Amino acid sequence: MTGTDTVLGAPAERREGREKVTGAARYAAEYDHPGRALAWPVPATVARGRVTGVDARPALELPGVLAVLTHENAPRLGEPDDPALSVLQDPRVPHRGWFVALVVAETLEAARDGAAAVRVLYEAEEHHVTLSAADPEAYVPETANGGYPAVTEHGDPDGAFAAAPVRLECAYRVPPLHNHPMEPHTTTARWDDGLLTVHTSSQGTSAVRAELVRLFGLPEDRVTVLAEHVGGGFGSKGTPRCDVVLAAMAARHTGRPVTLALPRRALPAVVGHRATTLHQLRLGADAEGRISALTHEVTTYSSRVREFVEQAAVPARVMYAAPDSLTRHRLVRLDVPTPSWMRAPGEAPGMFALESALDELACATGVDPVELRVRNEPETEPDSGRPFSSRHLVECLREGARRFGWAGRDPRPRSGAAGPLLVGTGVAAATYPVLVSPCVASARALPDGSFLVRVNATDIGTGARTVCAQVAADALGVPPERVRIEIGDSRIGFAPMAGGSAGTASWGWAVHEACVRLTRKLAGHTGGLPEEGLAAGADTSDAAGAKSPWSRHAFGAHFAEVAVDTVTGEVRVTRLLGVFAAGRILNPRTARSQLVGGMTMGLGMALTEGSTMDPAFGDFVESDLASYHVPAHADVASVEAYWVEEDDPHLNPMGSKGIGEIGIVGSAAAVGNAVHHATGVRFRELPLTPDRVLTGLLDHAHPPGTLGV
Amino acid sequence: MKPFAYVRAGSVEEATDAYAAHPGARYLGGGTNLVDLMKLGVETPAALVDVGRLPLESVEELPDGALRVGAMVRNSDLAAHPAVRDRYPVLSQALLAGASGQLRNAATTGGNLLQRTRCPYFQDPSKPCNKRVPGSGCGALEGVHRDHAVLGYSGSCIATNPSDLAVALAALDARVELYGDRGARTLPATEFHRLPGNHPEWDTEIRPGELITGVLLPAATAGLPSAYRKARDRASYAFALASVAAVLHLSDGVVERVGLAFGALAHRPWRARRAEAALLGAAPTRAAFEHALELELADAEPLRDNAYKVPLARRLALDVLGRLARPATY
Repeated sequence: MTGTDTVLGAPAERREGREKVTGAARYAAEYDHPGRALAWPVPATVARGRVTGVDARPALELPGVLAVLTHENAPRLGEPDDPALSVLQDPRVPHRGWFVALVVAETLEAARDGAAAVRVLYEAEEHHVTLSAADPEAYVPETANGGYPAVTEHGDPDGAFAAAPVRLECAYRVPPLHNHPMEPHTTTARWDDGLLTVHTSSQGTSAVRAELVRLFGLPEDRVTVLAEHVGGGFGSKGTPRCDVVLAAMAARHTGRPVTLALPRRALPAVVGHRATTLHQLRLGADAEGRISALTHEVTTYSSRVREFVEQAAVPARVMYAAPDSLTRHRLVRLDVPTPSWMRAPGEAPGMFALESALDELACATGVDPVELRVRNEPETEPDSGRPFSSRHLVECLREGARRFGWAGRDPRPRSGAAGPLLVGTGVAAATYPVLVSPCVASARALPDGSFLVRVNATDIGTGARTVCAQVAADALGVPPERVRIEIGDSRIGFAPMAGGSAGTASWGWAVHEACVRLTRKLAGHTGGLPEEGLAAGADTSDAAGAKSPWSRHAFGAHFAEVAVDTVTGEVRVTRLLGVFAAGRILNPRTARSQLVGGMTMGLGMALTEGSTMDPAFGDFVESDLASYHVPAHADVASVEAYWVEEDDPHLNPMGSKGIGEIGIVGSAAAVGNAVHHATGVRFRELPLTPDRVLTGLLDHAHPPGTLGV
Repeated sequence: MKPFAYVRAGSVEEATDAYAAHPGARYLGGGTNLVDLMKLGVETPAALVDVGRLPLESVEELPDGALRVGAMVRNSDLAAHPAVRDRYPVLSQALLAGASGQLRNAATTGGNLLQRTRCPYFQDPSKPCNKRVPGSGCGALEGVHRDHAVLGYSGSCIATNPSDLAVALAALDARVELYGDRGARTLPATEFHRLPGNHPEWDTEIRPGELITGVLLPAATAGLPSAYRKARDRASYAFALASVAAVLHLSDGVVERVGLAFGALAHRPWRARRAEAALLGAAPTRAAFEHALELELADAEPLRDNAYKVPLARRLALDVLGRLARPATY
């Protein structure tokens, strides 16, 4: 074993763990610059219309209130990449909760008091906020999120479906879901002689800087974006949100450093969310369950502000061999908050629908659900025909079945009754694409024998800082203790965000390259190092930006056991077990944490999470953490994550695939399939809350005496 | 949050005097609900009279066998109190089914009874709510109301009372002790909270300035079989979709005493008097329970989103009554 093997792949502890648990780690709101003021937003209270007047006087008369920014007096901004960042620029109200003013004050309390005192007059218009697949204004967009074509079609899906001996047609619904990271979207901004510096809670400072440059018309070197510690994002901080724009505007307007931490209740309306997806699935198969026809049509919505299309039909292009297939996305523009990325956009809701439909096919054909998936393994990626760089879904299914104890399962629904509880098990597959982006990094050898590695990665709680240091130590052939790492600073250079499960691959590739080059340089160097050390840099634009001839995806399998209480309709997940094939696992400790976290989020998607668009008022009813139910500890009995060894030479120098999102993909379907096995009732709408499950149980015909009391 | 005055009271009299001296005052207990509502601008007290340090922190045995719980006893302490666990298990279970560990450590007995509804329209000052602003309308009626009332509501308010503790107290025939400028008095727990009628702004029968000083758990229900069960969206830290508290005493094979109360169905804990009347003297059979519950829930008028509550409440009550009637089988 070489020294290298022990570094990369070792369960290194998070480097900043001690700082975090002792409270020493500083988050964006905790940069208390001298003279700092605090801000509080004023959300629109109509679902559609325009602001006709703002009376700021009652707020300005309150002690401690410094300024009220509105569309009438706020600094004018340049054109952003994301139209949702054009805040306080015009009187339009595209949805309820859109910010129409910002109050800046000496204290948080005064700012909040001031925000309540601002009088806003509106001209309200009729609003339309309810998604329906039959909406006459639904259209097929050009592309879905990620740049995927909105439609793919192979062969004759209608004809093949009509000719299939087994035909299934099912509709599923996934409700709006909200990212709700523990740390809300927060920025502290200050201007010094025309230099803008922001501490912001973001998944990537390069993208934040690029937008600030556009909005404020500044050269790049006059904007510094820092994100040393970030309390989660789940996609909602992947690009800048309005907090950073508003804080920078308020700081310029008042001449004071300004902190804006968005109130929890404001988040559902302004930071993005996962839009409702309505799924129409058609599967045609032979009696042995071999799929001949597959149609997955998704209807979803976006706001009037910009087009965002949750690419939920995309995983159906990757998963199963189906000679005749159609995938299509349809979009309705509504007067609702703008949806955006939430952990595994596309795959998370799409695989709930597809993997539920696979389970329905297993039931219809009597084929074991594990075996059914194995039977439909494709030779090459079904949509593109490209070969897979590696695909170990079957190994994940087999290994998961072995660990879970799947063999000998009685497939009959309702075969597992235990008193008032119905116990069932379910399986579902997972997939997530391998993405990678160009990045720059540098490495410097110092005379004291240490190394300084700089890469503008962002650690949103995943362990990125630690893993990048491991990659560096591995490439340098030194123990990780000798590597110091700097991240989260836009001055370091371009880097992609922590998102798309691509952070480690992208940052790590650049770090690896820089360190390899430094090693070569050191090998050619004689004598002691100069005081400033010896440095090397890398820019992976060519290598990481190149199009791969391979179809590259991670795969996985989830197994769930549930107990359904027939008295109340309450569902509890008693076991959730996942096995993943995601290339080389670089740090088992942090990787396991990511996978378990994703699976837990999938458990929440299955059972507890979801919000309701209020048809009368046009906002989400559940806007705090007391009403938007993320799983509590008591909901998470046993979650286990494992992986199979996977050696894929077509990825990046570390041989890794991403692990940040695949944990959520398919887990909700595994739970739903287990609920069907337990109850005999197929619930096609999430979440599986007691109201829905009890109603389903009571509507379903049951043999006498099997419904508990 | 509006600026407010803050007074810490050292005695009950000091507290009521301070309240009288500060128009627009509110008593502050654990602050787990009031402070949230102040941040939201739902409550805008001119002054807070902090009663958190009043000497009302003990659980006393009274000579007649009753238990007197001071208003400042924390929910965690009350749930863990040996006498409560032994004699009034329904109360301990109800407390532990509520909120989270951290909240139970802070929340007081008196404050729990005075917590406001979690109706989202009540909590959002940008929307109409007759409870928050009388005469402004009911946002929940036109909006979303899966969590709202199916019994005893009015056209002006469909909110539910969120307390688990209050449901147990209603079933136990507990009394609420009050002190105000007209002296001390007690009210039955079942009459402490109100139905909304045309005045949903009044949650309770408490008079302005009156302070809850304690709760009396009567000797009559001490030691009787009792239980609480709550259905909710997640296993912890969620308000009830429906809940039931029951006290059931059998003698010679028939129901000798029964106290049955529902939570999350109405603007107050719903004491099921009709069901109780049907059960008294009857054999504790499943058919008898079903019949009694049928009578009780016949008046339920579910709204568009909450029809599930009626069968849920019925099934919870059947389960709990069944368990209390046949403890050996569970």
